[in-house]
Parts: sequence; structure tokens; C-alpha cells
Amino acid sequence: MSSEINNKYVIFKLNKEYYGIPIDNVISIEKMHTFTRIPNAPNYLKGVINLRGEVIPLIDLRQKLNMDLREIDKNTRIIVVTDKDIVAGLIVDSSSEVLEIYEENIDEVPSSENINLSYIHGIGKTKDRLVILLELSKVLEN
Amino acid sequence: MDLDINQYINIFVEESKEHLQNMNDILLELEKNPSNHDLINEIFRVAHTLKGMSGTMGFTNMANLTHDMENVLQAIRNDEIEVSEEIIDLLFECFDALDTSVNHIIDYGSEDTSNHKELISKLNNHLVKEKNSKSNERNIQKPVLELEHHLIEVLKKAKSDGLNVYKIDISLKETCMLKAARAFIVFNTLESFGEIVYSHPSVDDIEDEKFDLSFSIMLVTSSRESEILNSLNQISEIDKIDITLIDDSFNIIEVNNTSPKSDEGLSSFQDEDGKDEKTTQSHLGKIGKTVRVDIDRLDNLMNLVSELIIIKTRMDDLSGKAAGENMTEAIEYLERITTSLHDAVMKVRMVPIERVFNRFPRLVRDLSKELGKEIDLQMSGEETEVDRTVIDEIGDPLIHLIRNSIDHGIELPKERVKIGKPERGKLVLKAYPDGNNVVIEVEDDGRGIDYKYVLRKALEKGLITDKEAESLTVEESINLLFLPGFSTADKISDLSGRGVGLDVVKSKIESINGSVEVESIKDKGTKFIIRIPLTLAIIQALLIRLKDEIYAIPLSSVTEIINIPSSGIRDIQGQEIALYRGKTIPIIRLRKVLDISEEEEVEDLVVVVVNKGEKQAGLIVDSLIGQQEIVIKSLGKYLAGIKYISGATILGNGNISLILDINSLI
Repeated sequence: MSSEINNKYVIFKLNKEYYGIPIDNVISIEKMHTFTRIPNAPNYLKGVINLRGEVIPLIDLRQKLNMDLREIDKNTRIIVVTDKDIVAGLIVDSSSEVLEIYEENIDEVPSSENINLSYIHGIGKTKDRLVILLELSKVLEN
Repeated sequence: MDLDINQYINIFVEESKEHLQNMNDILLELEKNPSNHDLINEIFRVAHTLKGMSGTMGFTNMANLTHDMENVLQAIRNDEIEVSEEIIDLLFECFDALDTSVNHIIDYGSEDTSNHKELISKLNNHLVKEKNSKSNERNIQKPVLELEHHLIEVLKKAKSDGLNVYKIDISLKETCMLKAARAFIVFNTLESFGEIVYSHPSVDDIEDEKFDLSFSIMLVTSSRESEILNSLNQISEIDKIDITLIDDSFNIIEVNNTSPKSDEGLSSFQDEDGKDEKTTQSHLGKIGKTVRVDIDRLDNLMNLVSELIIIKTRMDDLSGKAAGENMTEAIEYLERITTSLHDAVMKVRMVPIERVFNRFPRLVRDLSKELGKEIDLQMSGEETEVDRTVIDEIGDPLIHLIRNSIDHGIELPKERVKIGKPERGKLVLKAYPDGNNVVIEVEDDGRGIDYKYVLRKALEKGLITDKEAESLTVEESINLLFLPGFSTADKISDLSGRGVGLDVVKSKIESINGSVEVESIKDKGTKFIIRIPLTLAIIQALLIRLKDEIYAIPLSSVTEIINIPSSGIRDIQGQEIALYRGKTIPIIRLRKVLDISEEEEVEDLVVVVVNKGEKQAGLIVDSLIGQQEIVIKSLGKYLAGIKYISGATILGNGNISLILDINSLI
């Protein structure tokens, strides 16, 4: 059963590229919330939001992945993810759909001098585009 | 078949704990009334239930120990062994061993390796020793037979009719496949001789195979023993037949039909098994209708209710704009419901303080025995309820205080008599609710605290100065006991004798936002008064504003709110300080610490004076919002390391406000 689900990824956009997170790790997708700043926190940690009574940290994925900042607009979404007891919201430019990407269509990360490759689990290939699959445990590392 | 026992472990642990608590209570009771057979029966039932439960779960060591406990208890029931102090101590030891086993199961999910060999052999020694000494007496005494009233009538009638009454014990072979059928043949055979007036287990139970291998029958017949034996011998798969003629040599005792013993009938007939039903019956009376619920589920429920309250507040705001009388009415109704819902959920999380109190009788017993003191423990208010999270925290501090009272407070019986006190010391443990707090008092009528001695000691240790010592009141002097560093190893049996790590008690209680006070009169006694919040999930907090952010400060650490002119703050080598009540306290600018842009210079600063134990500091804030009850939310694992913040709470408008961690700020 789990193998069926495992192939599905939630796809979102960040800096014109498509990214994917395994659907098993996604709790929900929310519109942008008002959040409370956390003093003395790393810059990518935007603050905390009240998600149905739970206090959840909010990570600006652009900042976490060292990209340029972007204004929050009506397309901005929070993807609430979980991994090993940690629950967090990731701020992304927009979320688009759920795609099925099979194991055989996932390439290893090409070795390159590029930065932050540890956040990337692999590159998924679909009919019309490439999807960067995130290594969630690394993204949620402090 | 490999049964997944893990899913049952929680139930097993919960139930075992309940049974063990029950056993503990009865043992304590038994110590006071060693001759009370009902108590023995009750312990027997508990041991039996535990045996069954642990056996099912595969915890053989526990099962073995309880089995041997049963044997001894059985012997006591049959008057083969007398209840002596030794036996009670031994039973307590067994109880401890079982308790340890259960705790081990809680921690590791499996049984510890100790097989209780020593205890078991001790139990067995008792059995052999006592039985031997007793059986000598027994030979002289008439055998005892306890019967219900109607059976005694039957026996009398049989005798006057010249009939014989036999008690027949039958054991089937272990290999016997159809026990009920075999028993049926036995019954049929015996009925051809006369009338079966009694059977144990009951005929119904035997038909349903609710018996182990043996059963007992009483038969009224004109036939002779040998005839009966002959025909029984022809039935196969029977292991043992025991026929006793009941005549005048038996000492027949009538048992009351309503007593719990009656359903066991002839006490000497009992086999150990097949009694499960009675066990459950006797417990049914005590346990109300309850459901065990995982605390996580309750937390979840609590969250949902908090959510509901927040949404309600938001609707309240909206209705102000949209008006409409019906709307307002509906929202008021919603408000009433959410409030009662919130209360109801809070209540579900509450547990009676009995959970903590119930281990104290044993503690007091052991300690007083060890120290040769005689102490009456009086407990009241065990039904007072506090939140589950609080319960786990107050056990240790209370044990500490009780130990103190027994060890150092209450005098030896001889001393007490000399100064005109009753020989037996008194220890009173009292709990009662007081607003949003629960108060627990530990009071003894011992020698009390000599405040002069405390003062002297504090001076010696350099905890206070001579000048301070002069200005202290009696009460304040006694409270010096709570200073860290007051107690040292050398003072165990001093005149006052108090103060063994009381600072630990204090800090523990304060860590759950409680407080502890002490009242003492020399030679009259000492009273510790602990005040703890009903719940840790909700606290009183002071909400403050910094620029456009709102923070919460736990009210328990707020001493005072003062205004200081900006000129009143001095910079001493980079540390700002201010004068507060004749003392200098460090000043912390919250804006700076919390990474908010510097405030523009104002004339009058609002300073919240907070304390951590004896340490104080002043926090500069922009403005105050007010005091409010807040629901504490954890920040979760991801934010665990964040400095100066201990948690968060959700305000009425749904926004989050962070709770300042005063301990790390000072």
C-alpha cells in the first residue's frame, strides 16, 4: 500500500523552479497566515503561526535555501510538513499540484560546485518538466 | 501463535497498578486487624488476579511469585498459618517486588530478570514451618468445616434419618479431554447412591467447564464409603478420589450467607482456580464506570476546545459590526456552551490527589518502624483534584517533607511522654482547593523549628549578615531554611533537625509555579503549606507590549510593577542597574534582548520587577496590557533551543504571543 503513495509528491514553485516533497510528509497546504516573530532566531525562521490551535514554526524556504527574498503575495502558500516528530510550515511562492514520480524517473543529484546540494534528494523527471525533490530532514535541520 | 502483547501492556500496567494499590491498602489494614479474614480473602483475590494477568502476558516471574503468595494466603485462610508481623513484612516485601516488576515493565516493556527466588523460598519456608507447628495442634482440634446455614440443616436431617454425609474430592487426570463430560459421569454415578446436596464449583460452572481439574461434592446417602469408591474407580481419567465421612468429629461452623466467603462454601474445598468470576464480582462494586483514555487524546480535545474559544472571540468581534439581535443572542449562547465545554474538558484531565497520597501510608509505616517512632497518619482531602501534569511533579517534594517530619520533627515516644505529649506522634496530610490553586499541608506535632537556631546557623554559613539577622522576623528566619546552601550533611539530627534539602523542595514546587511556606512553633509542631496551580496548562500571566509585539510574563515570577525615571538607571561597567527598595537590581531592556529596534528615550520607564528565587531584576517594557489567564502551548521540537522563550499562547484574536522565560533572562 505504502509504495503506491510513496510515488506521489506535492509540487510547489520557488524562484521559477518546481520542487517536490513526498506527500506522506505533507499535513496540509495553507494560505499565508499572520505570524508572530521569534526573537533571536535564525533569519530563515520567520516566526510561529497558529494552525488550528497548534503553534507551528514557519520557515522561509527561499531564505533557508539561500535564494533572493520575494514579497508575500496572494499566491504565497505555507506547506505544513512533518518529519520525525517535527512539524513546520514552509513558505513557498505557490503550490501547484500533486504528481506521481516513479523511482526510475528520479536521477541522482549531478555532482556540481553548486551550493546547498545536501537539501536535494534527487531530480524527478516528468513529461514536461524537471522537479527538484527536497530532502526534508535536511531542510528541517536547525 | 505469537500474540502481540504490546497493545495490552498499557492495560496490564494500569490494572496491575490499581490492584497493587489495593493490595497495599489492605496490607496496611491487615496490619491493624490481623485476625480479619475478609482482608486475607481480598488480598488473595488480588494476588490471584495478578497471577492470572501476569501469566497471560507471559511475565512468568511475577506469576510465580503471586502463585506462592497465594499458597501462603491460602494457608492463612485455612488457619494453618497465623498472621504474624513476620508474615506481614514478608507480604510487604512481595508487594515491593511486584511493584518493582511492574515499574520495570513500564520502563522497558518487558519483565526484569529477577525471579524472586529468595522471596519465594521465604514464602515456602513459612508454609512448611508454620504448617508443621500448626498441624500438631490440628490433630487435637476438631477439623473445621464452614458451611452455609441450609447445608447444616441438611446435615442435621441426614443424621437424624440415619444417613451418612460424605465429602468427596475428585481430581481428574491432566490429560482428560472432556472435563465437563467426565464430571457429569461422576455426578450421575454418585446420584445413583443418594442425593448431592452441594458441589464446588457449582453444577452450572462444572457443566460449562469452569473448573480446573478438581471439584468437590457433598453426598447424602445410605451407602457405605467402599461402595461409592468402587463405582467411582470404574470411571476412567480420574486421578484421585478422596472420600471423607462428615461426622461429629468435625467442628461445623455456620457462615453467613451474605459474607463474601459464603459463595466459596466449604473453605477447605477451595481450589485456586475457577474463582476468577468471584474476583471480578467483588471488584465490580468498587470500580465505577470508567474509560481509560490516553492523555494525548485529551490534549487533542483540549486543543480543539481552545480553538473553539478563539473562533468564538473572533465571531464576537464580527457581530459587533454586523449587529443583528439574533446574532448577538446566538453568540452569547455559543459563549456559554464553549465555557462549559472548556470546564468539562479540564475536569476530564483532573485526577484525584489520592494518586500521590496513597503511597504515603506505607512510607510512614516503614519510616516509623525503622526509627522506632509511633506515628498516626491522618489524611484528608484525597479527593481534591489537580491536573494530571501537576500530579507527577508533587510526589517527590511531598515525600521529602514527610520524611523530614518523621525523621526530625516527631520525637521518640519516650521523649514525647517526658514533655507531656501523647506517645504517638501525629502527622496530618491535608489537601483542599483554594480558587485556582490546590493547597497541600503537611503538619506534624513534633518539636518544631527553633528560629534562633536557624538564624545562628544561617549566620555561621554566611547566608545572611549580622545586620540582616537583626531585622528578620521569626517567620522570615524560619524561611531561611529554604535558602540553598542552608542544609549540609552535618546537620541531620540537630536540635531543630529541619532543613534537609528544603531548597530542593522549594525549587521543585516553584518550577510548577507553586509556592511553599512554613509555620512552626517550637515544641508544638511544624506545618508546611504548599500551594500549587490546578493545572500547568493554564497560568496567570502579565501581558506586556514591546513595539507592536505582545509578550506574556508568568505572574508567578512578577514581584511588582514600578515606574522609574530614566535618570534613575545607572550604567556600571556595561550593566545597567537601578535602586529598588533599598537594593540595587540589574535592569534588562527587553527591546534589546528580544532584538527589537531601540525605543526612543522616554522620561518615565515602566519596569516589571521579576524574581527567580532570591534573584531579582527589572525588565523595561513599553507598556502593560494586563493580567490574563493563558493556555500554555509548547513550541515543539524544532524551536526547543530558542533563547529567552519558554512557550507560546494563543490570544483571543487568534494571534500567538510568546511567553518569556524569566529563568534564562535573569
